[in-house]
Amino acid sequence: MADQTKKKVQGGIAETPITEVFEGRHPAQSEKDWAEQTLAPTLEKNPEKPVGAATGTNVDETGHARFTTISGMPIRRLYTQADLPQDWNYDQYLNYPGQPPYTRGIHATGYRGKLWTMRQFSGFASPEETNLRYKYLLSAGGGGLSVAFDLPTLMGYDSDHPASEGEVGKCGVAIDSLEDMEILFSGINLEKTTVSMTINSPASVLWAMYLVVAEKQGADWKKISGTTQNDILKEYIAQKEYIYPPAPSMRLVIDTFEFGSKFTPKFNTISISGYHIREAGSTALQELAFTIYDGVEYVEWARRRGLDVDEFGPRLSFFFNSHNDFFEEIAKFRASRKIWYRLMKDRFGAKSARTWLMRFHTQTAGVSLTAQQPMNNIARVAVQALAAVLGGTQSLHTDSFDEALALPTEEAARIALRTQQIIAYESGVSQTVDPLAGSYFVEKLTLDMEKGAFEYFDKLDAMGGMVKAIENGYPQKEIAEASYQFQRAVEAKEKVIVGSNDFVIEEKQPSTLYIGESVAVQQTAKLKALRARRNNDEVRRTLDALKHAAAQEPVVRADGQISDANTMPFIIDCVRAYTTVGEICEALRQVYGTYEEVSIT
Amino acid sequence: MSNDRKIRVLVAKPGLDGHDRGAKVIARALRDAGMEVIYTGLRQTPEMIVNSALQEDVDVIGLSILSGAHNAIVPRVSAMLRERKIDDVLLVIGGIIPEQDFAAMKQAGVAGIFNPGTPMDEIVEFIRKNVKPRSIPA
Repeated sequence: MADQTKKKVQGGIAETPITEVFEGRHPAQSEKDWAEQTLAPTLEKNPEKPVGAATGTNVDETGHARFTTISGMPIRRLYTQADLPQDWNYDQYLNYPGQPPYTRGIHATGYRGKLWTMRQFSGFASPEETNLRYKYLLSAGGGGLSVAFDLPTLMGYDSDHPASEGEVGKCGVAIDSLEDMEILFSGINLEKTTVSMTINSPASVLWAMYLVVAEKQGADWKKISGTTQNDILKEYIAQKEYIYPPAPSMRLVIDTFEFGSKFTPKFNTISISGYHIREAGSTALQELAFTIYDGVEYVEWARRRGLDVDEFGPRLSFFFNSHNDFFEEIAKFRASRKIWYRLMKDRFGAKSARTWLMRFHTQTAGVSLTAQQPMNNIARVAVQALAAVLGGTQSLHTDSFDEALALPTEEAARIALRTQQIIAYESGVSQTVDPLAGSYFVEKLTLDMEKGAFEYFDKLDAMGGMVKAIENGYPQKEIAEASYQFQRAVEAKEKVIVGSNDFVIEEKQPSTLYIGESVAVQQTAKLKALRARRNNDEVRRTLDALKHAAAQEPVVRADGQISDANTMPFIIDCVRAYTTVGEICEALRQVYGTYEEVSIT
Repeated sequence: MSNDRKIRVLVAKPGLDGHDRGAKVIARALRDAGMEVIYTGLRQTPEMIVNSALQEDVDVIGLSILSGAHNAIVPRVSAMLRERKIDDVLLVIGGIIPEQDFAAMKQAGVAGIFNPGTPMDEIVEFIRKNVKPRSIPA
């Protein structure tokens, strides 16, 4: 009522004044002239309309149309030099690829020397069936493997445990003992294939199994490369597959850092993951900030153990989500490298350039896929994958179009891989390093990401670090709020999801991969036979030794050997005796107890 | 008096899966729609869920299952509801449920199945329409 005097209102949206061109930036006279002579008459004739409903996030406080990223960050109509800091200069803010602060990438030649690794996350049902899928993916031109474990394995239960009922082999492959791991990688040369394993709370157990299988194949531990996810912090924050409380969980992670830096110099002992934080509903900035700060927390704990940042630092790797908002994602990736460089160098005093480098894997956003008109997801995945490539990812998983409905069929998995290949071999985007650098828009977004992340870091520092923040529920609350706000915007059609809240058709569900209960029966029978066949005295002996070590505080030795109480050698002994995942995790549960979160809704 | 009573909903997350974005969003949406919502947190066994339903005297149980464990979990929950004589509670599930399991879920007593992309309003409306008035304990 009060403010209706000047604004012309069209469909609930007030006409945008050109004054916003002048506010909070430093436009050149030519831009001011453009605003008055060209922009103003255009707006007069064709007022701007937001994409989606003219309510909520699409309207600013004064009733004007607002354009925002998927994370709700307002976006200007035009970016020019006037949006960059006044002291903006190439050498200081960007510099060349392969040189600090690495905004333009960690390699001087980008993808010209080596394309990103096309690494498709896969695993379902029994180790036998997954082994066949791996051989198929490798023969189809996949460059590396990525193991998806089922929920009982992720939670440290054997397939025959009561808690596993209904879950065996459903969301990934069921692995109970070394025997299963031998089957999983049979006929796959582990010295030549890089393997990533999405395993967290029981990471050291599955990694130990992997190392023993590699050794049995005759592979040299010094040569094998791959990654264990091993990122327990994001489990408490987002994914929620935790077993033990934070402190002993962090100790197990640091044990792998210490072990890995001595025995497996090419293996990434951790993949610090924002993927799941984003999937839980965070914004792009929250994903970036919480993930990198998780990295800070791991470095803090490792240094407290007495490890040298330049020894374990180069084995830290990252894992991001690539969502729908193309430029926001690219800015996130570019900013991540610069932020990590600044932290490692300035906060932790790392001296080796290898420690400064942020290397990351990317997966397209599962949460963005729709169950409705699922073939549309192929287009979404292509856009997201392109953002990851333009952001300079080291490896990439593209989601299959049917993943909102089930685990992918072979056809869907092939199309996902082909999408990456089309980007790599047909689009031409891999021929030039960081081709979007110098774009006013991309550089401004990149700077905003960096600034926003450091603001979050200040808050998290003030809380006493990430473990403390998690115990207070801070990141969980931030994510739940962002997630709800996005869902609300979708319900109000402020954010359009093609085929789901707009452009809807009547349709039938497509046929999907169906996994029945036979895997559970099969795994249970294998476990029974294994327990009858193996040397159970040896199993008990190795478990007792592990429990003893787990109860001690690890102390770094002066002679360069790993701490006497480092759990890794003891877990490897358990694994060699065919002690199961469930038995090893149960032993550690007895020592450390389990974690219950305070539910936040 | 019973007209004033808000619809009470137990949002429960059974099984080993930790993907709780959906459960949390739904809990908040139902609360915003004027219902009383109790969220159980993660990794609830059927026993724990039915016990909470009894203790909290709920009218509706919403199970969130994305892992494929619904065939094992849902029939057990509904059997226990019958055993405890509270099978007049409206049982709904949300998550990833393959179409070929719909019939089995309905047979196990599930009134509504909500797959990804279901608008929150639709769930709210479904509950309002199908909830049975339950007796209020003294």
